[in-house]
Amino acid sequence: MNALLVICGLSIVSLLAEIANFKKWLTAIVILGLAAAAALLVQDWNTSVSYFSDMLVFDNFALAFTGLLAFISILWFWMASDYFQAQPHHRTDRTSLIIFSIVGAVLMASYNNMAMLFLGIEILSLSLYVLAGSNKDSLFSIEAAFKYFLMGSFATGFLLMGIALLYGATGSFDIREIAAFTTSHADTLPSFFYAGVLMLLVGLAFKISAVPFHFWAPDVYGGAPTTVTAFMSTVVKIGALAAFYRMFAIGLPSTHSTWSTILMVITVLTLVLPNITAVYQSHVKRILAYSSVGHVGYILLAFTADPTGASGVVYYYLASYAVASIAAFSVLHLVEGNSESITIEYFNGLFKRNPLLAVGLTIALLSLAGIPPFPGFFGKYMVFALAIAQGYTPLVIVAVVTSLIGVYYYFRIIIAMYFQEPQQATPLPVSGAQRALAFVLIILSFALGIFPDAVLSLIQ
Amino acid sequence: MFITIFLLFFPLLVALLLFAFKPAQAKMLALVASIIELAVSLYLVVIFPRTDAVQFVVDVPWVRAFGLHFAVGMDGISLLLVLLTTLLVPFIILSSFSRTIEKASTFYGLILVMQMALIGVFCALDGLLFYLFWEIALIPIYFICLIWGGEDRGRITFKFFVYTLAGSLFMLVALVYLYFQTPGTHTFAMQALYEAGRALPLYEQSLIFWAMFVAFAIKMPVFPFHTWQPDTYTVAPTQGTMLLSGIMLKMGIYGVIRWLLPLVPAGVAAWGFTAVVLSVIGIIYASCIAIVQKDFKRLIAYSSVAHVGLISAGAFTLSTIGVQGAMIQMLSHGIVVFALFYIIDIISQRTKTRTLSELGGIRNVAPVLTTVFVVVMLGSVALPFTSGFVGEFLLINSVFQYHGVLGVIAGLTIILGAVYMLRTFQQSMSGETNAVTARFADLTTQEKLVLYPMVLLILVIGIYPAPLLEISEPAVASLLKIYSNLSASVK
Repeated sequence: MNALLVICGLSIVSLLAEIANFKKWLTAIVILGLAAAAALLVQDWNTSVSYFSDMLVFDNFALAFTGLLAFISILWFWMASDYFQAQPHHRTDRTSLIIFSIVGAVLMASYNNMAMLFLGIEILSLSLYVLAGSNKDSLFSIEAAFKYFLMGSFATGFLLMGIALLYGATGSFDIREIAAFTTSHADTLPSFFYAGVLMLLVGLAFKISAVPFHFWAPDVYGGAPTTVTAFMSTVVKIGALAAFYRMFAIGLPSTHSTWSTILMVITVLTLVLPNITAVYQSHVKRILAYSSVGHVGYILLAFTADPTGASGVVYYYLASYAVASIAAFSVLHLVEGNSESITIEYFNGLFKRNPLLAVGLTIALLSLAGIPPFPGFFGKYMVFALAIAQGYTPLVIVAVVTSLIGVYYYFRIIIAMYFQEPQQATPLPVSGAQRALAFVLIILSFALGIFPDAVLSLIQ
Repeated sequence: MFITIFLLFFPLLVALLLFAFKPAQAKMLALVASIIELAVSLYLVVIFPRTDAVQFVVDVPWVRAFGLHFAVGMDGISLLLVLLTTLLVPFIILSSFSRTIEKASTFYGLILVMQMALIGVFCALDGLLFYLFWEIALIPIYFICLIWGGEDRGRITFKFFVYTLAGSLFMLVALVYLYFQTPGTHTFAMQALYEAGRALPLYEQSLIFWAMFVAFAIKMPVFPFHTWQPDTYTVAPTQGTMLLSGIMLKMGIYGVIRWLLPLVPAGVAAWGFTAVVLSVIGIIYASCIAIVQKDFKRLIAYSSVAHVGLISAGAFTLSTIGVQGAMIQMLSHGIVVFALFYIIDIISQRTKTRTLSELGGIRNVAPVLTTVFVVVMLGSVALPFTSGFVGEFLLINSVFQYHGVLGVIAGLTIILGAVYMLRTFQQSMSGETNAVTARFADLTTQEKLVLYPMVLLILVIGIYPAPLLEISEPAVASLLKIYSNLSASVK
């Protein structure tokens, strides 16, 4: 809880920075604040304290996810530091919006009451609608913001309706009470309860961008400024999947049979469609957007196979995915410069222009593709092992095939970096901070791959 | 034991130093490191007790969440292949000294990472660890070929990568399946997987046999899984080709001996004959294609398919002489093919061509090179008193005892091998010198330093192979004894 307060405070501080004129120090203050928030989580470990009449529960699941959110946010601010310097206007506003959406993500990871879930999603989304359109001179950016807003509102409508129907059927917003009620009144649940569950599923599937509710994702990811895209595909995705997990694993496990078949269909679609579509993209941001949708499919596969036992696997998968994504987007951000649509040709000969960035991106892509010994492999491995143990072998075969397809489009970028001749033969200079970040991300990738136990022990 | 850990991680450590500091003397550093590695493995051979037990074992839990142990150790079979790896790597590094290589520290670093992964494959005693090293080995060789390779390497190396990755995914599925068959809290430990595999009914053993066999067959490669190989060998830089053909293809055969034969005996009994037939088809098929090749490097690539086919056939005969023949022939083939690719590299660097018809008459201007080439060629065609003879004799003998007709067909490899190798010699070395070869310089000191030891090894192993055979014999015998007991009880 203290961590949440610290993060809220940070966003107020960053608004004050404009008036009190300490903009220069803002990124450093935010990073230190987030680190402090993460440190505060330690003292709440194993306490499971509830706040505001059980509206929020900081159990170990919530604490672990909050820690991951804080950690990835720190990496994100590090990566975005020179973006903020290059865009001096509204720097404090943007920082503040980002931190508010982190607050939303923390609420989504720790809610125990559907009202809190709604608040969390809205705090997160409203900030993002603005951020997606923050590149005011770019039509794509404005289009992205508008699309995101329309689609997001639509999804929120579903979500609210679902929450209302669930409340009508069970008389509570509290997900644990709903779980208890559905267990004890399993035979007498009204039919609109099930309609409510499906609406919740649709609303949350929008937020995690699962197929067929993913159509906004490529356009929004492609149009938004690259740093914002990086934020959406890591921090936002972690928050949304945590919310999804809490809702269905804690709130609705006893009605598993109503939603499991639909979820399985969604899982297969989310594995197959984006991975195939990504093959035909030439814009790297869109490739990464589709790949990010595809990765949701693997997480959903773990969840489908074992809704209540998958938390460790989901957590590890998200951690490895987020580190690799931040690494990929940080290089993308440096390579694109001022251009708006970055194609694979931009990466031609990157290994000659800047070996460190090329190696960093290669490791990120190998991890996303699931090649050992990188953490993406262990993530996929655990998903597959879990699914095989639960008897979902046909789904695993689908997932193995889609991850082979994934190898194809990730390797298009790798081959461009090492094999093609560069368009500009000049070296690509990067700042010391970015070099250090690339180095840290490479170390992190190896560390996650060599010590998966350290991450898994947080949540199992 | 400390020594296994050292063998594994010392190359990695040096590679990390090379990546981090990019020293000007990268190649010297890499060479010194690989010589230290060779010295340690020679010391190992000296102190290695000639028993069938797995020695120098290290076993620590790595990832408790899915029962992965860092378990490594060596028996005679592993030791011979570790020796092959540590023997060839310094010479591979030395063979690159005459040319300037862009981004040298990355190049030599990747070779050393490759060495680490190969030793890991040969030492792993845990199923998942074996798989991890198996895949890790793919990454450095892929980048060596992609960055320093020849024409059209983007497409060809990608095919190579996807082909081998897809194959090994089958193996992973089989290993995970076996993992869930182990009792209690599951484990990937080798013995436990053996027992789980042997307890399965025939149908499931057959499925696992095919899943594993496809992974190994692609790596070797055995017909009809070989289509990636000639292109990749041709397009790879010389050192990459040496790593691929000299050491990496032995991963496939090692996989068969260690992770297939003892794992699913009933499956092997049911499908081993098919595997032998495929291997024998590969021998004839690849030899015939080799005969009509115009490109020197491509010709040796196909000859490699033929040789490995015979090794694979011998291993699947499940006889001591077959597996022992496979062991000694793996060593011999590694040395011979390394030397051949180096000779091709020397010729093509000087004449700027690898097309056989454009060469000729090198004998007249480079007698030392010609002599070396003759010895290596005789090793390749398995003349008595060369290393190739010991292996091929044992192998053909074992295939003959296994099935007479197949043995006769497999024996054709010697004749066909002689046809394409002698024809190669004739076209490149003898005849009149032409404009391309007229100013051909003989071997330099550095080239002699690489090739003379190889010539010596080919002769020494050919004349007195017993010390090497003794290393692996107890392990092979015990591996096959378990095997025959089990298949007897199955029947």
